[in-house]
Amino acid sequence: MALDDNKRQYLSRLEGKTYFILGDEACAYGALFAGLDFFAGYPITPASEIAELIASELPKAGGISIQMEDELASMAAIVGASWTGARTMTATSGPGFSLMQENIGYAIMTESPCVVVDVQRSGPSTGQATKPAQGDVLQARWGTHGDHNIIALAPNSVQECFDLVLECFDLADIYRTPVILLMDGEVGHIRESVVMPQVSSIEHASRKIAARSAEVFGGEELVPGMIHYGQGQNVHVTGSTHLANGMRDVTTPHVHDVLIKRIYDKIDKNREKIVRVETDLDDKKKARVGVISYGASARPARGAVRAARAKGKSVDFLRLVTIWPFARTQVADFAKDLDIILVPEMNLGQLSREVERFVSGEVVSVPRIGGIPHTVDEIYDAVMEVVR
Amino acid sequence: MSEPRHRLMGYVREEIMPHRFCSGCGCGTVLNAFTNAVEGIDLDPGRMVCVSGIGCSSWIPSPYFKSDTLHTTHGRPIAFATGVKMMRPDLTVVVIAGDGDVAGIGGNHLIHAARRNIDLSVFMVNNMIYGMTGGQVAPTTPAGVKTTTTPHRNVEPPFRVADLVVAAGAGYVARWTTYHAFPLMESMQNAMTRKGFSFIEIISQCPENYGRRIGLRRAIDFLKMFKEKAIRIEKTRDMSEEELKDRIIIGRLCDRDRPEFADEMHKLTAEQVAGLKASKEAAG
Repeated sequence: MALDDNKRQYLSRLEGKTYFILGDEACAYGALFAGLDFFAGYPITPASEIAELIASELPKAGGISIQMEDELASMAAIVGASWTGARTMTATSGPGFSLMQENIGYAIMTESPCVVVDVQRSGPSTGQATKPAQGDVLQARWGTHGDHNIIALAPNSVQECFDLVLECFDLADIYRTPVILLMDGEVGHIRESVVMPQVSSIEHASRKIAARSAEVFGGEELVPGMIHYGQGQNVHVTGSTHLANGMRDVTTPHVHDVLIKRIYDKIDKNREKIVRVETDLDDKKKARVGVISYGASARPARGAVRAARAKGKSVDFLRLVTIWPFARTQVADFAKDLDIILVPEMNLGQLSREVERFVSGEVVSVPRIGGIPHTVDEIYDAVMEVVR
Repeated sequence: MSEPRHRLMGYVREEIMPHRFCSGCGCGTVLNAFTNAVEGIDLDPGRMVCVSGIGCSSWIPSPYFKSDTLHTTHGRPIAFATGVKMMRPDLTVVVIAGDGDVAGIGGNHLIHAARRNIDLSVFMVNNMIYGMTGGQVAPTTPAGVKTTTTPHRNVEPPFRVADLVVAAGAGYVARWTTYHAFPLMESMQNAMTRKGFSFIEIISQCPENYGRRIGLRRAIDFLKMFKEKAIRIEKTRDMSEEELKDRIIIGRLCDRDRPEFADEMHKLTAEQVAGLKASKEAAG
């Protein structure tokens, strides 16, 4: 995907600069560098700053930003716009993310590339509206009904809000699927420096285009090409079970089996290409204790690991950049010599369950709710309790 | 000897015919009026996107009408269509869906799209019932009717959907019935050629799942009723609410020029792009 002149004109003012901004704002700028064409959203704390900045800046880059009547409509609009060939995005928080689930499922079923940003806040329901949490981790995976796979990335710094949203757009186009940027109210609302890249240094992925409308939803490849609207190709897009040509067939078991397994496999079988983790292993390579974390929780977690090492303790650290698909091989490899794995996260233990599935050692959840991030000390204490 | 080919067969996905509508269903008439409307104004289906929701009438565009098609989740076709229209204002975007879809679960999108006056043509087929799911009460079901979910009687008053859309700010609103196939066709042409939010409420028959509950088992019984109850809006000016209680007011309810949403947004974007360019040039 090449950026058009309007986008280049807009981005030329930003490239190479360093801004001291909110994570939400970095996310918005990242989307602009990704070549965002269309944004639809609905106000919600702590994600509104994304919509506000995009509403201000996207028209200058030639794009369209609208506020819809609710989050269902926002999600619907970005899927509709995606079929015109546009790069599209919405941004929300937990309550809105809940409302989007049905149409996220629609985007999965119709293989419509788009980016959904969820700046997680404390729930359930209205919860602590202004307070951060990581309570939507499993909702991101299983929030919409039916068998499916999802890609979700979790930034742990303002710079990463920028970098990862760029990556989300590419993953969405490459795998023809909605991709979730699983931010949290903490990274969304802290201010840090962000270095804007040179536009020429960014390689934007392109969507594959199908040769015939008969192959838009099937064929030999795991990810079929699209045909955008307005080409006279009579593309038929439906959320019902369909054949390779998009026509509904909601009764033949084989048709559902082939479609759903392909949609599942296109992410599952590319797991190793998609997944990114960051490891920080103890130099002495004798650790029996490890810490796995992600997003804002990874910051105090890393601090605690360093503090423990400063006390001569050997502790390994892994940060999940990709939350879904789960980094099962990376986690299993990381944990193979570990007796105990601590998983600090801002919920009552969601991703720790996933870690348990792939390691033989003991998994200890280090939960934190209430709208305040973990302190370094409390994770340090948890580490020191189990480390030799 | 091969059967003669219908002159409008090129407008439908012939490979999946015959259609699945029940015998006597009004959707056939709407599909007929729609294809005739498209042909009559020489609209190229290759420049159209038809968006539908969930329900019997959503099958009119998906799968039958041959154009780019977006068959969406229940109640949301107008919201999906908004995304399409914003990025491709040059395409004719049509929504065809039922009363349960557009005015029930999706009512919020309907009023907001009308308020924005976005250039969509929404043809709402109102059969006064949830037909596909087996005859449950709809927000358009008349009071007193027994349905599967109001087995004793419906105590709710029905929505007057077209009136609601007028109040919400749509550019063009009309109401017709399946008895009035020709004016319906002309109204559809009007809707698709004018700019702004156009809404046609099409009162239609469902002999299977509505007619059986009100003693109208045949389509012809419905059409006779529509003919008898229909009254042109021009004739209603001096009539009281009471006199109009059981009548179906047909015709053009409103036709007014208001700024169109996609146009206004693209104008705004063009201003911003030009402003940026000017400031860059000024800065040298």
